Amino acid sequence: MSLLQLDNLSVTFGQFKAVDNISYKVEEGEVLGIVGESGSGKSVSSLSIMGLIDFPGKIEADTLSFDGQNLLSMPEKQRRKLTGSEIAMIFQDPMTSLNPCFTVGYQIIEALKTHQGGSKKELTKRAIELLMQVGIPAPETRLAAYPHQLSGGMSQRVMIAIAIACNPRLLIADEPTTALDVTIQAQIIDLLIELQRKKKMGLVLITHDLALVAEVAHRVIVMYAGQIVESGPAAEVFSTPQHPYTQALLKSLPESSVGQSRLDALSGVVPGVYDRPMGCLLSPRCPYATDHCRSVEPSTQGTLERQVKCHTPLDYEGRPTA
Amino acid sequence: MFQFILRRLSLVIPTFFGITLLTFTLIHMIPGDPIEVMAGERGVSAERHAMLSAELGFDQPLYIQYFRYVGGVLQGDLGNSLVTRTPVLDEFLALFPATVELSICAALFAIFIGLPAGIIAAVKRGTIFDHSVMTVSLTGYSMPIFWWALLLMLIFSVNLGWTPVSGRIDVVYWIDNTTGFMLIDTWLSDEEGAFTSAVSHLILPSIVLGTIPMAVIARMTRSSMLEVLSEDYIRTARSKGIAPWRVIVIHALRNALIPVITVIGLQVGILLSGAILTETVFAWPGIGKWLIESIGRRDYPVVQGGILIVATIIIVVNLLVDIMYGVINPRIRHSH
Amino acid sequence: MSTKQMTVAEETMVAPVPRTPLQEFWHYFKSNKGAVAGLVFIVFICFLALFADFVAPHSPSVQARDALLLPPAWLDGGSWHYFLGTDDVGRDILSRLIHGARLSIAVGIVSVTFSLFLGILLGLTAGYCKGIIDTTIMRIIDIMLAMPSLLLAIAIVAILGPSIINAALAISIVSLPHYVRLTRAATMTEMSRDYVTSSRVIGASPLRLMFICILPNCLAPLIVQATLGFSTAILDMAALGFLGLGAQPPTPEWGSMLADALQFVQRAWWVVTFPGVMILITVLAFNLMGDGLRDALDPKLKQ
Repeated sequence: MSLLQLDNLSVTFGQFKAVDNISYKVEEGEVLGIVGESGSGKSVSSLSIMGLIDFPGKIEADTLSFDGQNLLSMPEKQRRKLTGSEIAMIFQDPMTSLNPCFTVGYQIIEALKTHQGGSKKELTKRAIELLMQVGIPAPETRLAAYPHQLSGGMSQRVMIAIAIACNPRLLIADEPTTALDVTIQAQIIDLLIELQRKKKMGLVLITHDLALVAEVAHRVIVMYAGQIVESGPAAEVFSTPQHPYTQALLKSLPESSVGQSRLDALSGVVPGVYDRPMGCLLSPRCPYATDHCRSVEPSTQGTLERQVKCHTPLDYEGRPTA
Repeated sequence: MFQFILRRLSLVIPTFFGITLLTFTLIHMIPGDPIEVMAGERGVSAERHAMLSAELGFDQPLYIQYFRYVGGVLQGDLGNSLVTRTPVLDEFLALFPATVELSICAALFAIFIGLPAGIIAAVKRGTIFDHSVMTVSLTGYSMPIFWWALLLMLIFSVNLGWTPVSGRIDVVYWIDNTTGFMLIDTWLSDEEGAFTSAVSHLILPSIVLGTIPMAVIARMTRSSMLEVLSEDYIRTARSKGIAPWRVIVIHALRNALIPVITVIGLQVGILLSGAILTETVFAWPGIGKWLIESIGRRDYPVVQGGILIVATIIIVVNLLVDIMYGVINPRIRHSH
Repeated sequence: MSTKQMTVAEETMVAPVPRTPLQEFWHYFKSNKGAVAGLVFIVFICFLALFADFVAPHSPSVQARDALLLPPAWLDGGSWHYFLGTDDVGRDILSRLIHGARLSIAVGIVSVTFSLFLGILLGLTAGYCKGIIDTTIMRIIDIMLAMPSLLLAIAIVAILGPSIINAALAISIVSLPHYVRLTRAATMTEMSRDYVTSSRVIGASPLRLMFICILPNCLAPLIVQATLGFSTAILDMAALGFLGLGAQPPTPEWGSMLADALQFVQRAWWVVTFPGVMILITVLAFNLMGDGLRDALDPKLKQ
């Protein structure tokens, strides 16, 4: 049984489909990278796993289950017992994600108290341990600090401490390093991966850093305009991409353009609310698009292990199959 | 924290002297000879004029007069009423508890209705409840309170006979003036029914005086709550799996209250302004009514002293609000 | 195939055509029903005020000795001749209300114009010059803010003597601080922007910088404040009138109409009710419109 399983999950806001029929699963101890441009539905899909989509957002799915339990049908209260303890999440901007009115200690202990309880002394001891685990020096004194007294990197470490407080089995990290200095980014990722290995957590790493995903993820999902265009084992997807979009993303990396004066880039932008094309959503930007692509939406081919949403998936040489 | 208070205090002192300058100028802006104006239609003899002039220091140069005035003020000497001949400060102190009692009840009414209404409206944004709160509060905010007072009096006192029309207590009771606060005094006294009578006299004036602050607080709380509820840290709190009420009461409210506290503090000015009208309509023997009557009687030392005291109270309250703001907002407390 | 295309086409929404700022403003403003209602009522009141002499069925000061304290037309004893009834000396309440509208709107216009003008001048000067001038102006403003506005207005009227002109003057003085603070704050934000620096580099004179460059960019919050200023002016005017410090009898002013009617409260509810309703609705209309304006101008306010 997979730790997390999604079948045909859609999230709609009014008429706008932010997430469009996506399916994937995460196994225990697995690192899943989700990549895609801004607005491709990466964050929204993960918020829906946490149950944090508010009205008017609407979630529909054939399956949304965690460890075999159906998240959509269970009562609100039972679901809250899972969120924050079994499933935890880290957000993009650590500086605004901590409540400015409460001390770091309070915010960590709150997570512990909600799900595990215990005396004040035990909780404080646990909180200090957690701060130590996430590499914060002098944790005893840091407990009394307010968020505005911490740097961005420190705040993100505190956020990680809150997330791992109850030993979650699934951790979702939504662009955990985007808002941080480049020098701090590597440290935070190292910390996350180290914790993931130690605690054997499933880790969903949402990012637009392809190099990072290639380095740490076991499996990867590429999203475009709310849809999964390609997924599979990281090494395979990056060595032989089957979807033109993945291919284009890889081509746009500086590493693949050595010796060229300009980087390859897809022209155009992700379609928004008003300019969703007919047929394949990538068709206006795709170098291989045919009339068929422009009128009929492709279905997802392959198994959950290796799926691609294209009429003419690319072959080993990166050319479309007829 | 101590430094923070000191810094605020240093800003208040020049404002206070500015206000003394203003009240001082006020008297000297009265067109014509102040003594004759004060004497009004009665007129004064030349002798008495000279005597009064010397007594009030009008024969001195202006700046000397000002320094003497400020010197007096600092020693608590605000001059004597022209009508009753008693010191202005004594008159003020005798009437002030009545106004404080009314203002506190009005403020409590405003906070206990406005705050929850604002919070619930924000949480249930877009619902009928939200729309009703917004409509009622905008109406309350636009209310001419002297008319509102008359209307309530007409309905509840005249037609329904539920509440008394005016005053602080029924004439049948004779209450010793221990604290000046009628609720406390009647509570301490043995007179049966006196406390109930005092309470029933307070209801309508409190509602009238509290209406505008209530509307302001409800609107402010709602918008502040809405802003806070969309913050990232609310999402973090929810991602911890804590109960929704806890997210609202502990995480959102604490942050949302920071601007609301300031607004509540600013209502003190509105309350004291409103007290002038409310006290006039309900014949409430407080400083608002006293000031208006003194203006009618051209009792200028009372007007001057009254304005000075009221303005001073407002600066002091604003100072307290500032300090409280520092207590609940860690970001202010720690910035040096 | 063709049906499939149809459904897909339906899902694709039409992109909005870019609008001019004015159209955009109107689009947001008209979606706010309260604000539109407020605007309609204000237009109506202004119409009444302008054509009071033609609209009002009677003269506001003619006393009908045979019709004292007549109830409104739909009650027993009421007469269609005096639709809203008459007051204690037999004057038609409806006509007095209509003429009162003229007074309220006039006082609103005078006091808002005066405080807006002076407030912009002081605020721009304070924000532009900074330093000692700024400190002096802002200290004075702080002192004025420490006074409850009604109390200060009462004090001013008490000294100048009760009359409509003095009341309007007092109201404009007490509402001055808001305009000064708003203009100053907006000026200071705009001053740090590059377009101001570039005009300065080109060699624009301080006056040009202040009035041509900076001022138009601070207008949005001032427009909102001025609308809300109308409601404050009308309320304060009525309060002063009620306290006997504003319009003097027999001038038909809403607040003083209420004060005159005080002793008849128990006998004739209509003499008290209608002037109050007029004040409430007019003030509410300005507040509704002010809120609508603020929301419609919001993108600019948020900067």
